[in-house]
Amino acid sequence: MKIKVNNKEVETAASSVAALVEELSLPAQGVAVAVDNRLVSRADWKDYALKEGMSLVVIKAACGG
Amino acid sequence: MEKLVIAGREFTSRLFLGTGKFNSNDLMAQAIKASGTEMVTVAMKRIELEDKEDDMLRHITAPDIQLLPNTSGVRNAEEAVFAAQMAREAFGTNWLKLEIHPDPRYLLPDSTETLKATEQLVKMGFVVLPYCQADPTLCKHLEEAGAATVMPLGAPIGTNKGLQTRDFLRIIIEQSNVPVVVDAGIGAPSHAAEAMEMGASACLVNTAIAVAGDPVAMAEAFKQAVEAGRRAYEAGLGLQADNFVAEASSPLTAFLDE
Repeated sequence: MKIKVNNKEVETAASSVAALVEELSLPAQGVAVAVDNRLVSRADWKDYALKEGMSLVVIKAACGG
Repeated sequence: MEKLVIAGREFTSRLFLGTGKFNSNDLMAQAIKASGTEMVTVAMKRIELEDKEDDMLRHITAPDIQLLPNTSGVRNAEEAVFAAQMAREAFGTNWLKLEIHPDPRYLLPDSTETLKATEQLVKMGFVVLPYCQADPTLCKHLEEAGAATVMPLGAPIGTNKGLQTRDFLRIIIEQSNVPVVVDAGIGAPSHAAEAMEMGASACLVNTAIAVAGDPVAMAEAFKQAVEAGRRAYEAGLGLQADNFVAEASSPLTAFLDE
């Protein structure tokens, strides 16, 4: 299935946001995910099904003032 | 020194630190420690898929440190609200440094959008610390909208030019019922001390520490300057006169002649 992560097309077998996060091996903290510009809470990652063509924004902590 | 209280949380240190521009996360962590700060800003960025860089958060997370996520990179209130929600989820705090600067050249905050976003975010339960122009009227509006502090700039971000806006900062400090944090432009400990002597509640410093020859020593110098400035303010400065005749602080005994 093809989805977009931060505007880049990605081929993934992950069926949920939680599975995708695992696949991307993100840091354990300081991460947030939005699907089609709506925030998906960490508590909902497991049950949030990914579908072909969805667009995700995934952010993480960065240095800044 | 009097403690600083923002949204019910007490701060012993009146120096807030930004985490940008340090040469390494280790250096940043050491500077944070040396500064004695209890409030540290953090930004967000979109992950890159093959990016395996060091996780910066583990260098700044400590029980006595309040994380202050910023909304850097947003161009309007709508984007700021989205970024705020992402930040609350990512960092587990409802504290937010609201910064909306659509112009990448000077990074000056957009007053209209900042006020609009503050109104919305306060209603959504955020503790909003807006970075803003040193505009007394705007600061009043932000306060009325429920901002936890106002954070007027001393000079454009990263310029180290000091308190170019001092006359306006003075008015803001005089009129404000929320803490006034001078943010941006503070380039030397003397600038921070000046802001604190004027009665600012705190200073937010980043570039001046991060790009110093020795950032850890500079962080400590800022700590001392902020403390000295605050103590001076609390002690009550002697009056300074523009049109003056000198007044001796030693008795004029005139022992050299007569």
